[in-house]
Amino acid sequence: MIVSTRPTSWPGRCLPKGFAVNDMVHLIEPLIPALRRYARALVRNRSVADDLVQDCLERAVSRWHQRRFDGDPRTWMFSILHNLAVDRSRQQKRSPVEVTMEEASERELSQIAGQDKAIEVRDMLRCVDLLPEDQRSVLLLVAVEDLSYAQAAHVLGIPAGTVMSRLSRARDRLIELMDGAETVQPSKPFLRRVR
Amino acid sequence: MTIRPITEEELHGFVDQTLDVRRKEEVAAYLDAHPDVAMRVAAYSRQRNLLKAGYAPIADEPIPPQLNLARIVERQRRPSWTPWWAAAAAAVLLLCTGGVAGWLLRGAGPSTEGIAALAVEANASYAVYAPDHVRPVEIKASDRAELIAWMTERLGRAVTIPDLSAAGFRLMGGRIVATTHGPAAMFMYDDDHGTRLVMLTRRMAVDKSVQMAPQANGDLNGYTWADKGLGYSLVGPTPSERLHPLANEARKQLASAI
Repeated sequence: MIVSTRPTSWPGRCLPKGFAVNDMVHLIEPLIPALRRYARALVRNRSVADDLVQDCLERAVSRWHQRRFDGDPRTWMFSILHNLAVDRSRQQKRSPVEVTMEEASERELSQIAGQDKAIEVRDMLRCVDLLPEDQRSVLLLVAVEDLSYAQAAHVLGIPAGTVMSRLSRARDRLIELMDGAETVQPSKPFLRRVR
Repeated sequence: MTIRPITEEELHGFVDQTLDVRRKEEVAAYLDAHPDVAMRVAAYSRQRNLLKAGYAPIADEPIPPQLNLARIVERQRRPSWTPWWAAAAAAVLLLCTGGVAGWLLRGAGPSTEGIAALAVEANASYAVYAPDHVRPVEIKASDRAELIAWMTERLGRAVTIPDLSAAGFRLMGGRIVATTHGPAAMFMYDDDHGTRLVMLTRRMAVDKSVQMAPQANGDLNGYTWADKGLGYSLVGPTPSERLHPLANEARKQLASAI
């Protein structure tokens, strides 16, 4: 076992109350699946998403002492991840790199009960990808990650009112897109270029 | 009984299950009476279910080894781990450097006493503690009362911690540090970019009240002053035109607190 169960301590030093590496691990580790899911939904590529999550974890570990104790770790982690994703997308705009967009695999979709539902799910994922990035991130945080509106506002660094308006626009736009989804060619290749 | 009008936000709250039970019933009753709105809300709920179903498999995947948290913690702790004696040696070395420089320069101008010495000590504290990733401060800002009590006891004077949050610098915490002029209270601040500032305060035997003077040491800038027997030095890798107003703000708060 790599992580010691004892609080990290320099010999003879007085530690602030309650600090232990284990606390950090116990608070961060359960969040990793959700962080991976959010990253993948944002960038739609497994290895790029996992690289982002890795950067996020490294940053969280090195800045653990600097985090605000009144904030909850989940919001804090999602903020770090989101900011890293934004930075990356800015860099991409400067020097575009060819990235393959992944679609949910047939195997993944086959886990979803019922053929009709699987098709509907795939249509929905395609439609979400068509939303503007700012609407997409609000929708993912609220509807998939179950963040409260206030938490989503904190993660995105925007006022709560803006969360509501983006959420509202995202959902209305999705209704339109899904209504048109039947007319979308089912064999449409899902290879696109990330700007 | 009159029911408060249902807002758009509450329709989303209904879908996202953020409403309390009573309000939820009121919205449900409203939707029963308004089939067009009900259709839209049903579509929102369906979207939510499809999205959850669509993205759920990602969270069920096994975590790839690159995201093993224990490994990340271990990797970061090894290179940054500094034994306490190495940190102490670095502090002594820096103090000696400052002391020697001061001694050599003592005929010329800057003295080893007064605020010139305090400025050197503040630079030394910055050099030792600001790059520390493991334990830059001994007591965190969340235990502010404990921090103030400790510093007040060791300095034998009421200690006030300036609030620089209006300028984007949050208090991280502080510790008592050794100087050749006795114990000093060190506070550390940081901003959203991870820039750290250090403020050092101690009693002054010389220069009990001196107006603010700037100092520069490589990339590190500082402002040092003394008021009613307590000296203060604020240092950081911040351009002096940004640091100066911060020092002024700290001085203003400290002067009004004494």
